[in-house]
Amino acid sequence: MITRELELYHGPQHLGMVGNFSITLSVEGDTIVEAKANPGYLHRGFEKLMEYRSWTQNLTLPCRINVVEPDSMEMIYMMGVESLARIEVPERAQYIRTIVLELSRLASHLFGAWAYANMLGFDTVAQWAMAYRDFVLDLFEELTGGRVYHIYMCPGGVRRDLPDGFEEKVMNFIKTLADHVPDFDAALFENKLFYKRAKGIGQISRQEAIELGATGQVLRATGMAYDIRKVEPYAAYDKVKFEVPTREDGDAYSRLWVIHDEMIQSAHIIMQCIENLPKGKVYERTPNPFKWKIPKGETYVRIESSRGELGAYVVSNGGKNPYRIFFRTPSFTHGIPILEKLLKGANISDVGNIMISLYVVPPEIDR
Amino acid sequence: MKSNTEKKSALRPAKSIKYLFKKPLTFRFPFETRDAAPRYRGFHLNDWEKCTGCGNCADICPTQAITMVEIKDLPVETGKKAERPQIDYGRCCYCGLCVDICPPGALRLSRDYLHIDHGTESFVYLPKDEKLDKEHFVTKDKYSIFQANLGHRRANYEGFVSELDFALFEPERTPMDIEPSEVRINSFIEEVKGYTAEKAKEESERCLECKLCEDICPAHMKISDYINYIYEDKLENSVKEIYTDNPLPGVCGRVCTHKCETVCSLGKRGEPVAIRWLKRYAVDNVDVKHIEDIVRVFASSKKQHHIAIVGSGPSGLSAAYYLSLMGYKITIYEAKPMAGGIMRYGIPKYRLPHEALDKDIKIIQDMGVEIKTNTTVGKDISFEEIKNTADAVFIGTGFMKGRSTRIPGIDSEGCYQALPLLEKISSGEDFWLGKEIVVIGGGNVAFDISRSLARVQKKKYGEVKITLTCLEKRDEMLADEEEIIEGQEEGITVKPGRGPKEVLFDNNHKVKGLRTVKCVKIFDEEGKFNPTYDESDVEDYSGEMIVEAIGQAPDYSYLGEEIMKKLEIVRGKIITDEYGRTPLPWLFAGGDIVHGPDVIHAIADGHRAAQAIDTYLMNEK
Repeated sequence: MITRELELYHGPQHLGMVGNFSITLSVEGDTIVEAKANPGYLHRGFEKLMEYRSWTQNLTLPCRINVVEPDSMEMIYMMGVESLARIEVPERAQYIRTIVLELSRLASHLFGAWAYANMLGFDTVAQWAMAYRDFVLDLFEELTGGRVYHIYMCPGGVRRDLPDGFEEKVMNFIKTLADHVPDFDAALFENKLFYKRAKGIGQISRQEAIELGATGQVLRATGMAYDIRKVEPYAAYDKVKFEVPTREDGDAYSRLWVIHDEMIQSAHIIMQCIENLPKGKVYERTPNPFKWKIPKGETYVRIESSRGELGAYVVSNGGKNPYRIFFRTPSFTHGIPILEKLLKGANISDVGNIMISLYVVPPEIDR
Repeated sequence: MKSNTEKKSALRPAKSIKYLFKKPLTFRFPFETRDAAPRYRGFHLNDWEKCTGCGNCADICPTQAITMVEIKDLPVETGKKAERPQIDYGRCCYCGLCVDICPPGALRLSRDYLHIDHGTESFVYLPKDEKLDKEHFVTKDKYSIFQANLGHRRANYEGFVSELDFALFEPERTPMDIEPSEVRINSFIEEVKGYTAEKAKEESERCLECKLCEDICPAHMKISDYINYIYEDKLENSVKEIYTDNPLPGVCGRVCTHKCETVCSLGKRGEPVAIRWLKRYAVDNVDVKHIEDIVRVFASSKKQHHIAIVGSGPSGLSAAYYLSLMGYKITIYEAKPMAGGIMRYGIPKYRLPHEALDKDIKIIQDMGVEIKTNTTVGKDISFEEIKNTADAVFIGTGFMKGRSTRIPGIDSEGCYQALPLLEKISSGEDFWLGKEIVVIGGGNVAFDISRSLARVQKKKYGEVKITLTCLEKRDEMLADEEEIIEGQEEGITVKPGRGPKEVLFDNNHKVKGLRTVKCVKIFDEEGKFNPTYDESDVEDYSGEMIVEAIGQAPDYSYLGEEIMKKLEIVRGKIITDEYGRTPLPWLFAGGDIVHGPDVIHAIADGHRAAQAIDTYLMNEK
């Protein structure tokens, strides 16, 4: 019998690969017969490290799991701790957290747009996206003191109040970004080349998406308006109005359009939060970090990150350190079962296209 | 929502050509630079003057980037450790938790973030700030990005700094219930009510365990350990920790001079941990039998030697307790009818109720200590006799004799010393009480007698008329701040900065008041006590009773001339080594007669002398 299949390593050193991730492909000609995701290149053991640090020390760690959108990781840890320790967060802090999370979603989606445009060769759009993301980082620098890892939220609120004039700066940024949207649309979203390259790529049906545990824009691109901000509101999401954008086709093109529309919704949320920002405390003091013990218990909390459902399962056995923390990251379901499914039968030249359109961030897989 | 089927064009991207003619958003680094945000978390700055070396930054650091290093040529300051944080920038994650935990607010982050160097060892850095390090911190115009390094930094370029509202510690103390002045003036009932279990837990939670307090405490009590046990509701363990260094915790928990709280790192910007009251809480809430069971684990087998102790004050009781645990036979000789010395006869009951003192003494007695009360050494029994019956002698006779101002008329009827009066009040004896009283002195004893007399006056005459006058200015007064405030609340008029001149008499030669002049300076250039007065500024205070409370002196007459000759006595204090050894090998001393008036010092002296006596007797065999 003649073997017609060839085993091919796609990544971790590969131009069409973002992050330290690899896929082992079995190809027959240009067609992929089977794909096996091969993570582990970025394993830093955060979940284990957190078991050896106190509840307070740990607030510096979860953000490192997702470089692109650290704030949702921070938020999920704080929510877990707050739910176990029964800490009430002041209302102003909830609004500030919402602003931070939405700014972070914007930064993350712009980063995603960069990755996708860059991969398809739309370099101008990619540079624009990167430049606007940098404006968000400037805002974060102003607010938190850090550009990439903000370490801004803490159990009981946030670590500092908004600096003077911050609201105005955020509004200015949103205005600048909004002014630029027509150019973005002209150069990428309404570009025929983009349509040709993305349409029908990595298509998944709603049924399959649900079965494989897809969330976020992967699910919403199949027409299902499922968003945890609506289903189980956290922070101040129950106090703002926004829509959940969807598309019907379930392909890369639909997913990009969902991201596009979500950014507009994010901007609306931020504007509403700034308008209705309540006055008052932003931090409820937690016990002494050297003595703080959280009562025995376990909890699962979840939020809508820019990629989908992000959850944390936090267990305390009554000690100074967490007994176990597990993060349910959207990239895991999108990057392993769904990616493997979508790659089967795809063309070898579409591997990067599919993977990036699923918006996989490998550090979220290797925790 | 828009549909996916709208018109697409390959020509529309051409619109973006217009960006070719726009100003770029990027800038040409390093020729153009931008300042980091005002809150930027860059390299550390440390104010060495404020830094106490407490090491909380090193403890909180999640990446173990901070090490406390010993600085050899650092001037030694009380309440500070000669250590400063050193940062390994190979590990630092710039989270700023060290800034938020820093109690004095010394550690900050600057807006500098560039470090260019060829050696990896240069990443380990001992942060200072521009106040101390003028060489490496340069002004903005002298700063060059090409030299950017941990050793070339911009001055006045603070970023993420500590804010008390966001600190990781609680700067405010859990409030203690204190009887209001209208209520407490009517009786001698203890004014500080003590913490409830809930409040004690809340207060004990504040302790950061930096142990600055343990270094300063004369007895080096394991403060952070016993506070931690209180936090964990393990009062038995807490009491055990307390008794290893202090057999009079009920007393110390009330009237200790709490040097620990003075140096507490939380007190730098907030209120110190209420160490004294936490100790009181632990000891008050474990009963005598339990405490005895706990401390008996320290007891060792009985020994033959017999040790005599003169005076049952804090030092004597402390020495007796530790020696009896070591197995020695102890006899304490006490002149007064009850044991306790100055604690019983000098400290008023509203500060130290006798029940608390009796509890502490009972535990010491139950350890096998014999206390012979009503036995004045030198009168009922000679010192020689004691020396002959015992293998070693410890003296802790304290300062029981009042000093006098020696102003004209002070020896007449109507003028009193504070200590004998306090003793009378304490034992409930009757005495003549003036309707108007002048107290001379500004220390704690002056306030003790004023506030005690105020209570007696209130009961007898229904009103308080007491004037307290002292040489020191208000902010220099030696008494504890809370004593001054509480005394004033109780109706005592405080006249600081006045020197007594003479006692005034009426036509019948009865005392009618005190003439004072303004005190300009208390100490002369050489630092000796030599007050200078402004004689033109005269004030008279009326009072038919004048009480002197300007300090106490020892009385060594019981020792006999021969022994006195062999001892070295400087300004009333016996010179000993740190273990209380005198030039006579069998004689040990401690307490006020060695260190001056202070309960915790006396307890520490007693403990150390016990160790020295043990060593002496072991070697003598």
